[in-house]
Amino acid sequence: MTHVVEVAYIVAAVCFVLALKWLSAVPTARRGVLVGVVGMALAVGGTLLRPEIESYRFIAVAFVLGTVIGVPMAMMPMTAVPQRTALSHAFGALAAALVGTAEYFLRKDTIDRVVMGALGIEVLLGFLTFTASLMAFGKLQEVLPQRPITFRGQNVLNLSILGLGVALAVALVVWPNQPTAFLVMAGSALVFGVLLIVPIGGADMPTVISLLNSYAGLSAAAMGFVLDNKLLIIAGALDGSSGFILSVIMCRAMNRSFANVLFGAFGQVQASAASKGRKDHRSASAEEAAGILASSRSVMIVPGYGMAVAQAQHKVKELMDLLLRAGVQVRFAIHPVAGRMPGHMNVLLAEANIPYDRLLDLEEANSELPLTDVALVIGANDVTNPAARHDETSPIYGMPILDVDKARTVMVIKRSLNPGFAGIDNELYYLNQTLMLFGDAKAFVTDLVKALAEEQRQAA
Amino acid sequence: MTASDLLSHLYVFVLATLLGFEVIRRVSPLLHTPLMSLTNAISAIAVVGSIVVAGEQKSSLSTILGTAAVCASTINIVGGYLITYRMLRMFKRPERGKP
Repeated sequence: MTHVVEVAYIVAAVCFVLALKWLSAVPTARRGVLVGVVGMALAVGGTLLRPEIESYRFIAVAFVLGTVIGVPMAMMPMTAVPQRTALSHAFGALAAALVGTAEYFLRKDTIDRVVMGALGIEVLLGFLTFTASLMAFGKLQEVLPQRPITFRGQNVLNLSILGLGVALAVALVVWPNQPTAFLVMAGSALVFGVLLIVPIGGADMPTVISLLNSYAGLSAAAMGFVLDNKLLIIAGALDGSSGFILSVIMCRAMNRSFANVLFGAFGQVQASAASKGRKDHRSASAEEAAGILASSRSVMIVPGYGMAVAQAQHKVKELMDLLLRAGVQVRFAIHPVAGRMPGHMNVLLAEANIPYDRLLDLEEANSELPLTDVALVIGANDVTNPAARHDETSPIYGMPILDVDKARTVMVIKRSLNPGFAGIDNELYYLNQTLMLFGDAKAFVTDLVKALAEEQRQAA
Repeated sequence: MTASDLLSHLYVFVLATLLGFEVIRRVSPLLHTPLMSLTNAISAIAVVGSIVVAGEQKSSLSTILGTAAVCASTINIVGGYLITYRMLRMFKRPERGKP
């Protein structure tokens, strides 16, 4: 019977690798999900056959309960996907930490040092990821303040609590049978998880979510070392590397290091760059803007999270349809950190029925923007600021941006000239070719749609 | 666990991590959100360890913790695969021959 289970595990591991491979492109992606489901079914089915299992009663109850909670969590609106993801990182990490705790108390008298080391890593990573993910959920759901909270000695305090946890994990390897030390270690991981997220601002959430994704995977892999199970090691390592790659991509997209994200408390108001005195800007009405859009050959829409907050994506789709009918080429320029998690903006636009071949990534968009008639910025700010290219004193200097200033005309829908999330003034707004369209994103796009529809009706 | 067990586990871990890097590097940025929800569902493989701890019934503490862990993992398996599939269904095929 053990061999049957092992074979099921090997096939499951192959399924998981294929799932990720097929997810690389849209046409094969759904097949990827299905093969992932097959892999999981094999893994669960194989495990249920294992001879160690005495009773299925509690397992069945947990399956039912998990399904009852899991299904509604899959039905959340797309704007809520980042907080849902944070919550599921929390559940994944919690499972690893709980199993680690149970194993410790079952085996503490006889556990060997290698296993204890892996178990320490599993429990530390599991519990810290659990509370950190709950905190990230709170910030994304806006039940906790989005602004970073900092205080004197914060980094010293955080690192000493982490240090305590790691020191106890090491001590447990030497003297495993110390339940009090184990519980203090688990507690310090829980506290460290909370403190880790306190100084992190909303703008850094894409990186933090990716990093937590990686930690949750690594704690599952550590569980594989404890339980002598290679399938757990493989699946955990795949998740760990995926989260790591995504966090590197997010860091690069903001030109920041991990250390800077975790300890830098980005997103506080930076007064230095905003004090350059008043400059002139031009503004336009919805009718004027609609006229320019309709007479252009190509439009690049640059959506930011502001568009999603205003729930304007469906109106943007209507705008796209009207412009296409007028023979205008319409595409979307998506910055990697445009949403609240990696790839979030693409999902929001896909939900609004915008075909994915119109969504350009940073490089594609930047090669097209100099040939574009109108760049229409909706709810994006820092990722369009040309200061990132040339102003060495700017806090965002060096960050890769969308070169919207290279388009012939730039239109920016914005409530006011107030600086955005990072508190940095955007010099894009004062360029000669820039027209400011003042208003709420959804309301203004609605006006644009009305004006364009009116124009097309008169022409017909 | 003997030293050679540890080494063979490390072998698997290192190779799987490298394989992960190679496969995931190729995932289009378009699909990074579904990627994260799918890897999340896959890492709910922790359910395998949870089921054993919940089912072997060695102590009431381990049974309670194991059952909670099975529940948490099941949430991620069910929720993770379902939402990934739901998201991918939203990605519409490109229309041909339009500007």
